[in-house]
Amino acid sequence: MSISKEQASYIAELTRLELKENEIEGFVADLDKIINYVDTINQLDTTDVETTEHILDLKNVTREDVVAPSLSIEEVLKNAPEQEMNCFKVPRVLE
Amino acid sequence: MDYEIVIGMEIHVEMATKTKLFCNCTTEFGGNENTHACPICLAMPGTLPVLNEKVLDFAIKAGLALNCEIQHYSKFDRKNYFYPDLPKAYQTSQFYYPICKDGYVEIEAGGKKKKIGITRIHIEEDAGKLLHESVDGTLLDANRCGVPLVEIVSEPDIRSAEEAQVFAEKVRNILEYTGVSDCKMEEGSLRFDVNLSIREKGAEAFGTRTEMKNLNSFRALGRAVQYESKRQVIDIKKGREIIQETRKWDDVKGVSSAMRSKEEAHDYRYFPEPDLVPIILSEERIEEARRTLPELPEAKQARYVRDYGLPQYDAEVLTASKATSQFFEKTVALYDEPKQISNWIMVEIPPFLKEKEISIEEIPFQPEDLVELLTLIQKGKISGKIGKKVLSLMFEESAGSPSQIVEENQWAQMSDAGELSDIIAKIIDENQKSLDDIAKGNKKAYGYLTGQVMKATKGQANPQLANQLIREMVEKKLNSRD
Amino acid sequence: MKLETLTIHEIVDLLKNKEISYSEVVDSVLKQIEGQNEKYGAYLYTDPDGVREQAKALDDKGVTPQNPLYGIPYGLKDNFCTDHMPMTCASKMLENFRPPYNATAYESIKNAGGILLGKTNMDEFAMGSSTETSYFKVTKNPWDLTKVPGGSSGGSAAAVAANMAYYSLGTDTGGSIRQPSSFCATVGLKPTYGLVSRYGVTAFASSFDQVGPITKDITDCALVLNAIAGHDAKDTTSLNLDKKDYTQCLTKDIKGLKVGICDSFMGDNLQPEIRAAIDAAIEVYRDLGAEIVPVCAQFLDHALAAYYIISSAEASTNMSRYDGVRYGYRAEDYNDLEEMYNKTRSEGFGLEVKRRIILGSYVLSSGYYDAYYNKATRVRTMIREDFNRMFDSCDVLLTPTTANTAFGLGERTDDPLAMYLTDVYTVPANIVGAPALSMPCGFDKNGLPIGLQLMGPVLCEETILKAAFAFESATDFHTQQPKID
Repeated sequence: MSISKEQASYIAELTRLELKENEIEGFVADLDKIINYVDTINQLDTTDVETTEHILDLKNVTREDVVAPSLSIEEVLKNAPEQEMNCFKVPRVLE
Repeated sequence: MDYEIVIGMEIHVEMATKTKLFCNCTTEFGGNENTHACPICLAMPGTLPVLNEKVLDFAIKAGLALNCEIQHYSKFDRKNYFYPDLPKAYQTSQFYYPICKDGYVEIEAGGKKKKIGITRIHIEEDAGKLLHESVDGTLLDANRCGVPLVEIVSEPDIRSAEEAQVFAEKVRNILEYTGVSDCKMEEGSLRFDVNLSIREKGAEAFGTRTEMKNLNSFRALGRAVQYESKRQVIDIKKGREIIQETRKWDDVKGVSSAMRSKEEAHDYRYFPEPDLVPIILSEERIEEARRTLPELPEAKQARYVRDYGLPQYDAEVLTASKATSQFFEKTVALYDEPKQISNWIMVEIPPFLKEKEISIEEIPFQPEDLVELLTLIQKGKISGKIGKKVLSLMFEESAGSPSQIVEENQWAQMSDAGELSDIIAKIIDENQKSLDDIAKGNKKAYGYLTGQVMKATKGQANPQLANQLIREMVEKKLNSRD
Repeated sequence: MKLETLTIHEIVDLLKNKEISYSEVVDSVLKQIEGQNEKYGAYLYTDPDGVREQAKALDDKGVTPQNPLYGIPYGLKDNFCTDHMPMTCASKMLENFRPPYNATAYESIKNAGGILLGKTNMDEFAMGSSTETSYFKVTKNPWDLTKVPGGSSGGSAAAVAANMAYYSLGTDTGGSIRQPSSFCATVGLKPTYGLVSRYGVTAFASSFDQVGPITKDITDCALVLNAIAGHDAKDTTSLNLDKKDYTQCLTKDIKGLKVGICDSFMGDNLQPEIRAAIDAAIEVYRDLGAEIVPVCAQFLDHALAAYYIISSAEASTNMSRYDGVRYGYRAEDYNDLEEMYNKTRSEGFGLEVKRRIILGSYVLSSGYYDAYYNKATRVRTMIREDFNRMFDSCDVLLTPTTANTAFGLGERTDDPLAMYLTDVYTVPANIVGAPALSMPCGFDKNGLPIGLQLMGPVLCEETILKAAFAFESATDFHTQQPKID
């Protein structure tokens, strides 16, 4: 299995990253090496093997439905790159 | 060629919890912008979700009420996409193992009963609200970020705008009864997505579908389905290809249009949420939820017909909302005249609700007051007609009790036989012609006499008593002529 | 007396006996920081005034230490949130980020009376094995200025090795505490997954990340673990267990302890001096009365591949929140939302982070999910079973921490796969969630430290600490100091 420049660009788009023309060749070559390496797990037969998402046997960890104070508006917005009317501001999106 | 509409729906319902799905911020509606936000729902680095216990109770209840199988094992997944209203840039949802599966809702549309299948119900978080009030940008209010939702996904069993609407109303009704949601449409507690396609009648394969998202009223739902199905039929007849796309419904213009967003490269890359652990529900917990499930609309209807002898139609109207049925039940517990109460709730009260633009929860008087009014009528203190006038005043602010209203307006009926007899005797004496007519067999003349009596008493004579006295006294007069 | 070279437990004894003041303690390390940090680049941010004030307040009150971390200055890797310092994750993306909340591990130490010196350098978002992916500065190995300190907790390890802190906290996702500890001759412990809260610690790979101490010796390691281990309701994956005193297990008697040796950890490319040091360590254990047990693993060769698939998958979505909307870096010029996202993330993240995001998204994307992500989670199960089998016949597993001693600055930056392979002996502990510790066990011919790794079954920290303490008591590697002028 190996990754093409087009696939890499598609994934980059999905993750909102831009790969510059001059860096994409090297980037894809490195990625391809890594993918070829990790692909070795496909040599293993995993028939009838369960997946592991958690190493802990925890279940049903919940909290009570009790309100606690939220942040102050100053704390909410103090790191905001751009703000207006106590809101975070982003470029216009269609309604 | 006959065509058939095929619709599957997704209904997003905000749950009636006090706090958000994964943090302790309030879910209260209408707070100032960004005042219900914390590091967790703002997705600040290193913050972690902790599941709200109440959400499980609600999801289980919703599943039971919609005849689903509650899953013993369920868990959360991340759905990845970028949008400014989604702080983590992934929505925590249940993709691989939802909490409820395989249910149904029975609906009646076009005089026919049918079952609409429920594929699944899962728990997920709501997104924030984008405001378009800035001249050169869009604003994010994070108050709604992380409010818990259940998403109810139907099978593609719906075949018309009416069915879609009835289904949606029924689901709303059931969820309201179970207390899972307040179902306030105007606050966006309930939103519908519609997947719609057209196929030739009798065909098995589905046509290409379009999706309309975030319809927020039953009316918009019905209109959107009507418009979109017509549009697709016309396109198919003209040989135009239907494109699988998300379309936006414009309720003001009454048209749907393709969204121009370039979110075509949809690949949500779902995978198990490593920050949360599985939900394992025991049979005992599910059974306990089943036992404590409140009486649902259909069971109520059956009970109203059986125990109160109401017509099915009345039972349906009275259970159309939880508040209406509560008002009815409280009234009937105090006054054992179900049909009469039903008539008042179904016929007399609604025009005032409409006029005042209030819902049944907001009626400014209590079931006890209605009972008092009905008792006044039953005892002959006032006529039914006056009763309606009393009711109208009961909707006014600072209105007194029905008895006070009657007294203040001097609307009590003349029910004293002695006093009435004198008036009637006088009227008969003044109307010998009517007496002659009655003697000739023209019974209509009675009506004239009654009218005269009502006129003379300014409408306050008890009509039954008046009629009875007129008959007795006329017959006595005629007998004495012979 | 060179106070800064002492351990926590030695300092606390002096404080208790009123032989030294709190101010002298903080001055000892602040003086080191002021003199050496420019050269070694261990810290990104320090708060000397605040630190001196805290110490003075303690002196003024004349309090005796109420517990072993009381008044002891320490460093925090810059992926822990504290509400009075910046938190950058060594990334341009968070250059100006000021968290309005605290990491639970930091709170625990604060409650124990610890004094925070500042934030240490790291690989950007903890992605790397050399601290070279930091956006801000290069950290150098105190044992050799031309070598890397390891990573990603390189700043935390270097700070302790160069006596710029009595201890520090790091995070370990695939070896990020143990590998730099090995390179810098410190003691580094990655506890069992779930033992220490992850709340307020910037996530890299959520199912592997774990907070742990970097200290000068095993006793200090147990003392810091005492403070940070414990249940936290803010972290769903935090274990709800009774508190333990990990110093209780520090006895020298390990007679009958079964020490496992596994060939999978002694590959052909193992540096000969490391092999020799490990062989010597085995002999030390044999002399102490331990039983040496050969064990074998079937699937361990696939651990690194499975690790890079799962950790990158989790990392790719953990990195999505850095979108320039609510906090962090935002690009200057853009015409619309998409451009804002693309430029912000492309300019804000370094190359290695981008590589992990794209790798991680690739293995989750439609068409590849089953072959990579899903497959790797099954391989994870097989490796867990492997370890369960090995621990059926031994109490701890003894391995080298790394196959090589510290490599040269810039030596592996052009070959990401070679950099990844650096983690081959450390990732298995993260895959199975088990505790693992690295401690010094020798030096190569250039005087660079060699690390010995002890792994145990889940929640068997005490077994590891006991085995480590016995080794430390029988050797003097931990007392060696780098030459710092």
